[in-house]
Amino acid sequence: MNAIIVSALLGVLLMFSSWGFKSERLQKNIALVGLLVLIVANLAQLNGWYVLDMDTKGMLSFSRFGLYANTLLFAITFLYVWINAEEIDQIGHQSADFYALFFFILCGASILTSFDNLLMLFIGIEILSIPLYILTGADKKNLLSNEASLKYFLMGSFSTGILLLGITLIYGANGSFHLNAPLIVPSKGFAIEQYLLSAGLILIFAAMNFKVSAAPFHFWTPDVYDGAPTVFTSFMATIVKAAGFFAFISVFHAQAKALGHSWELILSFVIVATLLVGNIVAVFQKSVKRMLSYSSIAQAGFMLFALYGVSDFANEGILLYAVVYSLATIGLFAVLVKMKDYSFEAFNGLAKANPLLAFMTTLFLLSLAGIPLTGGFFAKYYMLNAILTAGAGLWIVIVAILFAAVSVYYYFKLIQAMYFVEGQPAIHELPKSYTYKLLVLAVVLIILGILPNLLFNYLYF
Amino acid sequence: MFLLSFLIIPIVAAIALLFIKQEKIAKDIAIVASVASLTAAVNIILNTVAGIDITWIQVLNSRFVLQADGLAKILILLTAISFPAIFMATSKNNVANKNTQLSLMLFTQAGLMGVFLAGDALLFYFFWELALIPVYFLCSIWGGEKRIAVTFKFFIYTFLGSLFMLIGIIMVYMHTQDHSFSLAAFKHANLSSGQQMTVFALFFIAFAIKMPIFPLHTWQPDAYDQAPTSVTMVLSAVMVKMGLYGVIRWLLPLFPTAFVAHANMVVTLSVIGVLYASFIAIRQDNIKKLIAYSSIAHIGLMSAAIFSQTEIGMQGVLIQLFSHGINVLGLWIIADIIEQQTGTTSLALMGGMAKKQPTLAILLVAFSFANIALPLTNAFVGEFLMFNSLFQFNIWAAAFAGVSVILAAIYSLNMVQKVAYGELSEHMQKMTINKPAQAVLIVLIVIVFVTGVYPQPLFELTKDTLQQLFVK
Repeated sequence: MNAIIVSALLGVLLMFSSWGFKSERLQKNIALVGLLVLIVANLAQLNGWYVLDMDTKGMLSFSRFGLYANTLLFAITFLYVWINAEEIDQIGHQSADFYALFFFILCGASILTSFDNLLMLFIGIEILSIPLYILTGADKKNLLSNEASLKYFLMGSFSTGILLLGITLIYGANGSFHLNAPLIVPSKGFAIEQYLLSAGLILIFAAMNFKVSAAPFHFWTPDVYDGAPTVFTSFMATIVKAAGFFAFISVFHAQAKALGHSWELILSFVIVATLLVGNIVAVFQKSVKRMLSYSSIAQAGFMLFALYGVSDFANEGILLYAVVYSLATIGLFAVLVKMKDYSFEAFNGLAKANPLLAFMTTLFLLSLAGIPLTGGFFAKYYMLNAILTAGAGLWIVIVAILFAAVSVYYYFKLIQAMYFVEGQPAIHELPKSYTYKLLVLAVVLIILGILPNLLFNYLYF
Repeated sequence: MFLLSFLIIPIVAAIALLFIKQEKIAKDIAIVASVASLTAAVNIILNTVAGIDITWIQVLNSRFVLQADGLAKILILLTAISFPAIFMATSKNNVANKNTQLSLMLFTQAGLMGVFLAGDALLFYFFWELALIPVYFLCSIWGGEKRIAVTFKFFIYTFLGSLFMLIGIIMVYMHTQDHSFSLAAFKHANLSSGQQMTVFALFFIAFAIKMPIFPLHTWQPDAYDQAPTSVTMVLSAVMVKMGLYGVIRWLLPLFPTAFVAHANMVVTLSVIGVLYASFIAIRQDNIKKLIAYSSIAHIGLMSAAIFSQTEIGMQGVLIQLFSHGINVLGLWIIADIIEQQTGTTSLALMGGMAKKQPTLAILLVAFSFANIALPLTNAFVGEFLMFNSLFQFNIWAAAFAGVSVILAAIYSLNMVQKVAYGELSEHMQKMTINKPAQAVLIVLIVIVFVTGVYPQPLFELTKDTLQQLFVK
């Protein structure tokens, strides 16, 4: 509760802060302090200190997992703003507006980690999505940005409609919006409720797949990620996606058993389709930004493993995956915004020109590819473990690793450009401090690659 | 805690090298660090050293376990001898950014040591992959013309193989009684025979690619040819041993049923590989490719001997792991000297080295004899035992594999003849003496003959592994 209220208040505060303070630097600092306050408020609740408690009539319930997920999302956002503040300033007139939108998104995210009622799921998704439509179109003079925003808005509204329809059908079956409501089974006759429930769940499944850009609902992703200003793509592909996954998991860990065995079939289909589309299409991309958007689809395929069944591995795994994937992706996008063009050739010879930056970019890529000593390895490991523990067939894991090997191809294409091709990298001047900020991400990734349990210990103690 | 030094020494030196500008100091640091590792290796062989067992990832119940038995010790010794030898032998080679190259080499050493010492499946996997990453960069930065594509093929091959192994590890882990990754827990995992077959296949793909066994060998000759020679030395002397090591350490004790069931198939593939590689080696004009194919043939023989499942064969393999490393290292160093000084790898352009460099020619002849496994050389001991074992397993397998000895004589002697004898060619005129490399070669040849005449210390060293594997 603390996080939801504080983030909404901070959003409002930042919305009006540009009246009082003209300096963009100051606005950035207010946002950063705001994020710290948010983290503290959330941690306070995690430790049993309810400041802003109120009776939510069972609409929300605050589990340790949800609160901890919040903390991680806020911390990642903090790193994101800290690294990207200058770039955010360069888009639009008032960066404070963007910070306000971030806080609203975080408010939506905190609802998504704690809803206990499908209506709250809907509200959370909406609060999360609407600021995103604005952020996508933030570069007003750029036609691509406008197009992306419109596309995202239209498709997004459509998927929200489907989500709402699904919720309605479930209400018809259960007579309740509650996440864990028991199914009303009539004593005799045709159990139409069962069908309503299944249909409703499948509609929600489709809508959630849209939100996390899983195939075959991914078509918006490349265009929107490509069209949106690069800094905001970074935000959308990481924090927003992670929040979407947390919601996805809480719905289906609670409800998937109603679908019986067909659940495994449907999910397997989506996983394979997502891995296939994401990885294969990424191989052929000429632009790094587009490659990263397909890679983000491919990574969603791996994250979907956590939905297969309820287990500790699934819960811990999705947290680890979300954090590691977000850090690596934020790092890569932070390098990408400094490039003059987004082709692979722009990275030629970066290792000579700026060895530290090239090294860190390599580390981010290795982490996405899942190579040991980076957090990405354990993230993938947990996912594989989760799906095997849940009783999935060996075939799906083998398909997954075949595609993981494919992903090495396009991630390493960038490494090859940086290290093995001579050339002058098309990169803007970088202040030294910028590189050091990225170093923080790299160090965290390595620490998580050696001791991943540092991340979970807090979940239990 | 002493075993930790095998990881710490190379890693610390590797990190230090990244910050040092002068090439001379960098070379010295690399040599000092690798000699320090060698001293440590000698120490664990002479004295018993306690293993390490620390909690690593508590939630997974994975532990940081390092332990050294005979199998580990003999490979540690090989690794520890190879690296200083390589550093000294190639110290005169001019390469750009030598410091970085040396640093990456030392990281590779740390990874290899980790693979041989790890007593926990997850840790083993960790090092298994880590050893690969620096090699990828080494080959792609300093390799030959086609380096990027060739190295990438090598990387994808091995990476895919290790991912299969990862699934295998997870599957065994799920069936262990105490849900841990320790070798002991893995040995007592409750796997049905069907599951054993599956997991065996998953592990075996990883090891087969690394060794490599026919038909998964296609990455190797190109990679050996295109990699900078110092890396080729590491690859063929030490790194291919990872595959054999994996089979002996993990496959054999963990999945005995599946091991027996697959023995015929693997021995057949291995023998096909031996003959295939030998025939190609005969036709090679490129000296580096010749050595590469010869190495495939020898490794294939070792893999066949492991799967023939006799104690005597295993004893042969344990010795040959070491001997093959020393021999192939010697051949590569000679090939490197020739390439550096004459600028060619084509046998047709060589000839008459004996007139210009008699010492080097004698060394070449000696290493070629070892490569053929003539008596008195170290390889004879191992190969004799291995053939003996294959003979017990299946006469035909032994007969076909035995042909490879003749073939080895053909290509090795052919190489000697074309390089060392005949008219002094234009290219060979440029040969000058390379003192550090020759000193290394002399030390290696001493090892070849000493262990060839008196292999008892190596038998003693590997006795405990053999007992664990065969005395139940």
